[in-house]
Amino acid sequence: MASKLQVTKRLLDVKLQELPPWLAAWDYSPKGLLRAVHQAWRCYHNKYINMKKGGVAGISMVLAGGCVLGYICSYERLKHSRWRKYH
Amino acid sequence: MIPNLFEIFATPYLLKVPLMWLAVMAPAMIIFSPSQHLVTGRYILLKKWTMKQFIKQIMSPLPTHGYKWAALFTALMITLTSINMISLLPHTFTPTAQLALTMALAFPLWLATVVIGLLKKTTRSLAHFLPEGSPTPLIPALVVVETISLLIRPMALGVRLAANLTAGHLLLQLMALAVIHLPTPMWPATVAVATTLMLLTILEVAVGLIQAYVFVLLLSLYLQENI
Repeated sequence: MASKLQVTKRLLDVKLQELPPWLAAWDYSPKGLLRAVHQAWRCYHNKYINMKKGGVAGISMVLAGGCVLGYICSYERLKHSRWRKYH
Repeated sequence: MIPNLFEIFATPYLLKVPLMWLAVMAPAMIIFSPSQHLVTGRYILLKKWTMKQFIKQIMSPLPTHGYKWAALFTALMITLTSINMISLLPHTFTPTAQLALTMALAFPLWLATVVIGLLKKTTRSLAHFLPEGSPTPLIPALVVVETISLLIRPMALGVRLAANLTAGHLLLQLMALAVIHLPTPMWPATVAVATTLMLLTILEVAVGLIQAYVFVLLLSLYLQENI
């Protein structure tokens, strides 16, 4: 019961001493993680993309994040192509 | 150091986990997320308008009982368009340049149209093997040619999309390498190649949209013949 109450608190309301039990109370199963990702995307989408007068900013931030993720994934291959004095 | 030009088509990995599924699903889910609100904003309105125009264009030649395919065609168009557009960004992976994906989409859908035609309107489907007004001496050859034409359709459908995307991305990669590696005294050549690269990028945007549309249009034409 106590852990469920701690989960419903927002991060900014959690005290530093309560942080480990708050993190431990999260659902780390695949279903729980998927739900967390879906909720995070829904919140972002409703705040930045699905606005009354939306612009390119909301979707651009996501695409920029995708480019960064793509760079991280392909870094192992790209590091061999860096500018070097001697190869 | 000779770079391997085809490395851009390798499956992306993050911490030894292949991200092919994310690369295929994420573009459509990001760009075409449904709205949680009853009253939507500009972005959703723009998407709805685009999809409405597309559905009217694709489904108008089909008879009424073919309209049940509208959801499939729309979803296919959304997936292919979003994948093609997002793959033009730097350091992103192009799932539609993989023959495995395009053939996996083309072959079952083509087969579905053929099976529907053979089951529901057998005579009319088989009549497509001989065009109207064919000269009598040419009939055997024409039947063979039309049969081959029918059987080659899924391959053409899949390979067309994959080849166009692969060729386009490879050209972009080559020209970008040329711009980077040209020496400084040859700056006019660099400017010329960079201008061509920009024009080619605009062309690739158009090719991505057109190829996605052609894929779905051809499927609707095959369905039109058989429904």
